[in-house]
Amino acid sequence: MTKSHTIAVLVNDQPGVLQRVSGLFGRRGFNIESITVGQSEEEGLSRMVIVTHGDDKTLEQIEKQLYKLIDVIKVINLSSKPMVARELALIKVKSEPSDRPEIMGLVETFRAAVVDIGTHSLMVQVVGDTEKIDAMIELLTPYGIRELSRTGVTAMIRGNA
Amino acid sequence: MNARIPEMRSTEELREKWMKPEVITGSDILLRSLVLEGVDCVFGYPGGAVLYIYDALYGFNDFHHLLTRHEQGAIHAADGYARASGKVGVCIATSGPGATNLVTGIATAYMDSVPLVVITGNVATTLIGTDAFQEADITGITMPITKHSYLVRDVNDLPRVIHEAFHIANTGRKGPVLIDIPKDVSAAKTLFNPSESLNLRGYNPTVQPNRLQLDKLQAAIREAERPVILAGGGVIYSGGHEALYEFVTSSGIPITTTLLGLGAFPSGHELWMGMPGMHGTFTANHGIQEADLLINIGARFDDRVTGALGGFAPKAKIVHIDIDPAEIGKNVPADIPIVGDAKTVLELLNQTPVYAEKADAWRQTIQARKQEKPLKYIDSDTELKPQWVIEHLNETTHGQAIVTTDVGQHQMWAAQYYKFNQPRSWITSGGLGTMGFGFPSAIGAQMAHPERLVISINGDGGMQMCSQELAICAINKIPVKIVVINNQVLGMVRQWQELIYENRYSHIDLAGSPDFVKLAEAYGVKGLRATNKEEAKNIWQEALETPGPVLVEFVVRKGENVYPMVTQGSTIDQMLMGDSE
Repeated sequence: MTKSHTIAVLVNDQPGVLQRVSGLFGRRGFNIESITVGQSEEEGLSRMVIVTHGDDKTLEQIEKQLYKLIDVIKVINLSSKPMVARELALIKVKSEPSDRPEIMGLVETFRAAVVDIGTHSLMVQVVGDTEKIDAMIELLTPYGIRELSRTGVTAMIRGNA
Repeated sequence: MNARIPEMRSTEELREKWMKPEVITGSDILLRSLVLEGVDCVFGYPGGAVLYIYDALYGFNDFHHLLTRHEQGAIHAADGYARASGKVGVCIATSGPGATNLVTGIATAYMDSVPLVVITGNVATTLIGTDAFQEADITGITMPITKHSYLVRDVNDLPRVIHEAFHIANTGRKGPVLIDIPKDVSAAKTLFNPSESLNLRGYNPTVQPNRLQLDKLQAAIREAERPVILAGGGVIYSGGHEALYEFVTSSGIPITTTLLGLGAFPSGHELWMGMPGMHGTFTANHGIQEADLLINIGARFDDRVTGALGGFAPKAKIVHIDIDPAEIGKNVPADIPIVGDAKTVLELLNQTPVYAEKADAWRQTIQARKQEKPLKYIDSDTELKPQWVIEHLNETTHGQAIVTTDVGQHQMWAAQYYKFNQPRSWITSGGLGTMGFGFPSAIGAQMAHPERLVISINGDGGMQMCSQELAICAINKIPVKIVVINNQVLGMVRQWQELIYENRYSHIDLAGSPDFVKLAEAYGVKGLRATNKEEAKNIWQEALETPGPVLVEFVVRKGENVYPMVTQGSTIDQMLMGDSE
């Protein structure tokens, strides 16, 4: 059965490491829904969070193949445990002054924020799980989305694990 | 027989000479590091981006450097050296076209898990990314076909990188490691203070297997009525052939060895079933298909071995022993997965030997099948048969030579009819099936073993892919016996076209090939030709008696096919037996 998996990969912060990881996914026919990279808690190591789709056998191969890369220190299957997954999106939406209160109302309900106001547009910043961001986008679409940028998912296991 | 290859000094002497901390260039660091890693032979080709390195090589006598005539020759030679010796093969090429000419050889080594350190030059760090003259992103190009790679941007990193590269190449599942050195890095100077420490956090190959899994395997052997061992190249690479012999003989389990596993177990032994797979024996393929326990040791269930995966070993409980965890379950799900070094696993198993006591009838069945369905072909008195040629080579050398092959029909005939009884005596491109590999890899093998007889068996197609290396043999008096099995076509392609593409022989005629005898002579290598058995016996004897390199061409029957054959999409017991039916 194919489903969505979220995995965290702790890697040496070396040039080319993102290429090694993404290249591995490409040539082995694994799918990448989203990939985010940034610093980790330890200097010299970066953490990648990859959302992928496939059955359990595929996931097992992904983990094993990732471990074959010399720069990969650790692979953690986040979605096997309760996790917190968050994504950030910036959405530039058309808005004449008359529409603003209505949009602000939506933004408030979603606990999002308006981070910039232009004469004919607003920039909305929304943080949350993927579904929340999808919902925000759906609600803003009727006003006319001029630009949209999503970061992809970053995630961690809940609690002390 | 011996090659006139001068002896190298002992590593200990050289260590003393080069271990002194000293301010030197990146190029000198490279050469000294290679010596300290135990390298005694390097294959290479100079060019603009490695000129500092070649300048440092001027008068440097602490390892051999062989100037090949093409970078592809250099890397296949390094590969042959590594396979024959068990040491890391090293080659050097310049940036851009020099580096890209290595790609086929790197992929060949990667597919067959051969330890190589590949050194390429690159344009100066200030020019990287500007599409400078002879610039190519070789680390990017080779990422999918290297175990690891480095682009060295700082000369201070060079000693560590070289040391890591050798460690990575020759431990765990072995493979090629690329080091790309920009020209200014090879020129820059720094204090070289050799250190042997390593810090590779993400790299800890599992050598020791899980004890509980070994117990499960031994219980399975006790219960098995039709057990089979499938041994691959991993047994040879781990040095586990003696442990394998003990395991097979103490358990009494019939064994089949894959193409890369030939030589891991003596072919004359009564428990040996031959090679499995597409051109495997009747006994091995039917053995696997009927087995109730299949113990895979250091083989990766390649599709040439398994045939149609859906119907592979349908009755068997599968045990898979491999040092690379990613191989386990990749193609064939394992009931008992064992991650570990093949030699270590086998030695642990040998501590408490278990005999497959329920398999008596099975052993008899295997024996009977070997008698009833041996490999055979219809010989001819008017034409030379390629199988006969290989048998003749085997008989006259008593199976003692190191044999390297190219890729195609001759490769399969050599695998079938030359009888290997020791490891590292059979050198062939298995995974990638690289034409052009056979001849240069023999040069490397001869450099590794100057005292042994090295025979390079080629087709007339593959011989033309790296024939320029005849020069290396001539200049360095490398006494490889170069066999060309000439059937005037691309034989394996012809065979597929005959059997699968309804005799539509598209573009396989090699008319226009050179006169191989004259080609050899043009390079200063002795050339001999035979078109019948009498001549064949005579020229082969002459070749064996001639010191130095000899090219021997056997003009064989054009339409001969390799049998048995399993066509793609079939299970391995659905075999075309051809002439031998």
